Amino acid sequence: MPQLFERRANAIARATLIAVPLVVLGGWAVLLAFARSDFWTGVDSPVEQPVPFSHQHHVGGLGIDCRYCHTSAETSSFAGIPPTETCMTCHSQIWKDAPLLQPVRDSWQTGRSIKWTRVYDLPDYTYFDHSIHINKGVACASCHGQVNEMPLTWKTNQLYMRWCLDCHRHPEKFLRPINQTVKMNYQAAPNQRPLGRQLIIANHVHTDGLADCYTCHR
Amino acid sequence: MSPLTGIWRSLDHLERPGDGSEEMQHREFPEGASELSDEWSRRQFLKIMCASIALAGTTGCTRQPLERIVPYVRQPEEVIPGRPLYFASALTLCGFARGVLVETHEGRPTKIEGNPGHPASLGASDAFMQAELLTLYDAERSQAVIHESQVSTWDLLLGELAGAAKKWQGNGGAGLRLLTRHETSPTILDQIARLLVKYPRAKWHEYDPLATELAAPRYHLDKAEVIVSLGADFLSAGPASLKHAHDFTLARQPKSTMNRLYVVEATPTLTGAMADHRLVMRPDDLEDFARTLESGTGSKVAALIAADLHEHAGRSLVIAGECESAVVRDAARRLNQTLQNVGATVDYPAAGRNSARNLQELVTDAHAGEIDTLVIIGGNPNYDAPADFEFGTLLPKIASTIHLGLYRNETGVACRWHIPEAHELESWSDAAAFEGSATIIQPVIEPLFAGRSRHELLAALLEEPFSSSYEIVRAFWQKRHAAPDFEQFWRKALHEGVIEDRSAAAPASSPPPNPPPPRSAGLHLLIRPSAQMLDGKFSNNAWLQEFPEPMTKMVWDNAALINPATASRLKLENGEVVDLKFRGRSVRAPIWILPGQAEDCVTINIGYGRTSSGSIGNGVGFNANTLRLSDAMWGGSGLEIGKTGKHHDLVTTQQHWEMEGRDQVRVGTFAEFQRRPDAIAKSAELPPRKDETLYPNVPDNGRAWGMAIDLNTCIGCGACTVACQAENNIPVVGKEQVGRGREMHWIRIDRYYEGDPANPAIFHQPVPCMHCENAPCELVCPVAATVHSSEGLNQMIYNRCVGTRYCSNNCPYKVRRFNFLEYDENHFEKPPTRKLMRNPNVTVRSRGVMEKCTYCIQRISAVKIEAEKANRLIRDGEILPACAQACPAGAIVFGDINDPVSHVSRLKASPLNYGLLAELNTRPRTSYLAKLRNPNPELEQI
Repeated sequence: MPQLFERRANAIARATLIAVPLVVLGGWAVLLAFARSDFWTGVDSPVEQPVPFSHQHHVGGLGIDCRYCHTSAETSSFAGIPPTETCMTCHSQIWKDAPLLQPVRDSWQTGRSIKWTRVYDLPDYTYFDHSIHINKGVACASCHGQVNEMPLTWKTNQLYMRWCLDCHRHPEKFLRPINQTVKMNYQAAPNQRPLGRQLIIANHVHTDGLADCYTCHR
Repeated sequence: MSPLTGIWRSLDHLERPGDGSEEMQHREFPEGASELSDEWSRRQFLKIMCASIALAGTTGCTRQPLERIVPYVRQPEEVIPGRPLYFASALTLCGFARGVLVETHEGRPTKIEGNPGHPASLGASDAFMQAELLTLYDAERSQAVIHESQVSTWDLLLGELAGAAKKWQGNGGAGLRLLTRHETSPTILDQIARLLVKYPRAKWHEYDPLATELAAPRYHLDKAEVIVSLGADFLSAGPASLKHAHDFTLARQPKSTMNRLYVVEATPTLTGAMADHRLVMRPDDLEDFARTLESGTGSKVAALIAADLHEHAGRSLVIAGECESAVVRDAARRLNQTLQNVGATVDYPAAGRNSARNLQELVTDAHAGEIDTLVIIGGNPNYDAPADFEFGTLLPKIASTIHLGLYRNETGVACRWHIPEAHELESWSDAAAFEGSATIIQPVIEPLFAGRSRHELLAALLEEPFSSSYEIVRAFWQKRHAAPDFEQFWRKALHEGVIEDRSAAAPASSPPPNPPPPRSAGLHLLIRPSAQMLDGKFSNNAWLQEFPEPMTKMVWDNAALINPATASRLKLENGEVVDLKFRGRSVRAPIWILPGQAEDCVTINIGYGRTSSGSIGNGVGFNANTLRLSDAMWGGSGLEIGKTGKHHDLVTTQQHWEMEGRDQVRVGTFAEFQRRPDAIAKSAELPPRKDETLYPNVPDNGRAWGMAIDLNTCIGCGACTVACQAENNIPVVGKEQVGRGREMHWIRIDRYYEGDPANPAIFHQPVPCMHCENAPCELVCPVAATVHSSEGLNQMIYNRCVGTRYCSNNCPYKVRRFNFLEYDENHFEKPPTRKLMRNPNVTVRSRGVMEKCTYCIQRISAVKIEAEKANRLIRDGEILPACAQACPAGAIVFGDINDPVSHVSRLKASPLNYGLLAELNTRPRTSYLAKLRNPNPELEQI
């Protein structure tokens, strides 16, 4: 009876033994990488909104303060999405016939809210409070990026827990003086770490327990 | 060994130590709770397990669904999204106002608290007040006007009323009758008075199955040193109970003196459980006892109690139960007068009576054919009227019947018209508290189901041009307070939630007739309101259905409660269904043997056995009203019990979560406390020293949260349990799941007995998570889902939990609760509206996740953030967990134990302080203060 397998079958068998786990693990790694990719998590991709609102124009161009619209950022867990009334304070006077603003005028006339799409969506088991961050020197731009340069709004971070913990464990890497938190053109100081350590004291940041689970999960 | 070896936990435990209950003690969970009882093969199970593990990783790949943010069009000035607003309002119990503060999130009420400024609540609440929230969101409340079983409209009803009004104008309203519950609302009373002026021949009737006298005596329990209760459950029943519990505990503190409570009763109550001497006797013996107490002669016990009362003349108090006969009540009044307590510890307000007639007259007139229109405002007489009135056969004899009610209940179904009523938190109204001060009831949400208020219906009857409840109530108060500063008065009234204008007080209503029961041997029937359902008002409320009855710990049922000796004489067992026959009427009820019940007395609770309550309450329990007669509203003698041979499964939480008979509840007497205060809380087995551990010690700098629970003042009412359920989005699991030991309450009240089953001492012990410093649960979690925080909290992180349940197995206190099923999706809390009710600051847990008390971390975080923003320290008492806030006795105190002057530190420094199972070296952060009793030494010797 002739040999069923040629000599190279040995090599093929060995290669297969190595390749199969590699393909499986590699595929797994690719999947994981994909799940963590900016594409899948939606980082840097503009979110479609009922009105193509431009922060670049309103913040960067006109210089409107964040808190003009996001009124409760300093006082509440929720920064606040402006009511239609806020839009209409200006747009009843300027651009009052612009077709792009039709949903705003409809909302104002019918009394039905504009339904915006959330850009930064934390999981429901995570409780974030805007006010405490703003009051302790964490800037809007630290999480939301240079919003003043966004013609449409996108998120600039994947919002994974390691990203939150990076700051909760080392706030000195990111803190700003409190009067700079809403400034969009703030330039990080070259000596951020020593400055950050001073700011921890100046801003009364209590670092004990900042990385406790219950700080964000309840 | 424990110094309290006499403590036992249930009759099965005491009497049959060799059977299943013994096994029960050595199991972690009751049978069926922890193992798979379905018919699954090992192979099938492994297949599923493999598939789950293989697919587990892919759950991480789900993409978050897009979420919408819906802002206001015009944002109301005071609303800041993300911050709750509180409104002062009131909820009524038996018609009397109890002030509340309602927490709302963007217009959705999510929690009810007592209003600290209101005399009937003093900031505390009870289970009913807490559970009213679920009723508000109950989607089974009536939603449409119904005319002869067809959906109709309010305008059609107005048309019919307009036609009838023409007739009434001609005949002075003859044939028009109004039937209300007990009313204290000044505006309603004014509207009714005007209606009776407009139609002089119309009549108003009042019926309340639990009617309490407005002119009921007002007790000042804080000033009483010796209290004798003759069948009164003043600590937990009635519209003034929160005030009573508050005042009672003030005088219960072991200072130079401590009050002494004697309770004489037939069926165990929470007040009886607090007693230093509890005497068990039948209602007719109680009358004799009241007489001997007055004369001071007769039995030695009565003589000793009478002597104690006289020794404390002016500082003593005799309280008669509202269910007791006039003989007892009169005796109590005379005793208080003799003892010079009137004006000191008790006030008897002048008795008045409003113009309302009683139900008896309505029934007589209806049989005589004198009624053509009956307007029933609130209530459910077809269910709760005395059985001998045959109310159900009466309604069809009346040409036009109109029912306004929250539910289309038994009465609503039998009436020609049914109108959905707006909930008290949905419409404007007012009501008076037990002591006469009025409160404006302000709504906190628009009517969810297009309900109409009582004011609107009365205005329609008065043919007044349509005005809203707000206009009606405001107009009434404008008339009463006709001053230029009315606006200021009105705003202050709304803000404070109480008006110091006692002239608004309604005149008294008469209580149900309580003729002295004819004496006879044989069994005695006692009919009592339910601690869960009240009179049936809450029967569609799943929170209260699953709220363990304080004495029996029974859920989702009522039973005929019977004494152990009587049960063994009649050869009755728990769950055995019997026929209760009383004066020609009968009802089938399951038996429950209850220690401390008087011999030959059977207690049944009303509020169950509903047929038109909704999917929650229908068919739960039996209808005790079947045996309620107009001349025996609270029962009487002559009961017979017939066996049926049937069995009904009764589910209690009593047997579950057994703690192995250690000295969990430590008790001493006040005399011992004065002699050797530190001996009482000391256990035979001492807790290990601080350095006796392999684990690192918790650093004692910074904040350290802890809790102290004072067993001396805890009355065991269970307000904490329901408050916690409302605050922490705790699901309801249903009778079958509770039967498997899967109830979800984060704080439970354990009940222990000590001594003779005929009249045992009864103890209550609330048990939340202990937040152990050496937490056994944390060591066994394979995924670190439960870990310690820097402030000493035992954190439970739901999103990490994979559901191994090792933590629960390793917890010696059995306070961890597992979501065996997707409980949040079950039907008990009515899906569509349920989501509005949820506390937005607490995660709603899903299947396969462990959960437990967090010390209300959401409240700690909220206060911490506010303090941090203001760069100040957290004030002592600023953080109130839901249980501590609800507790009427102030028995639960929370705070920073590293702050030596905080309230909780001072309590923990008390010699009475002890840790539950501290000998296991768990170092619990929740500790208990031992219970003290203050028995009469002379009576002890008998």
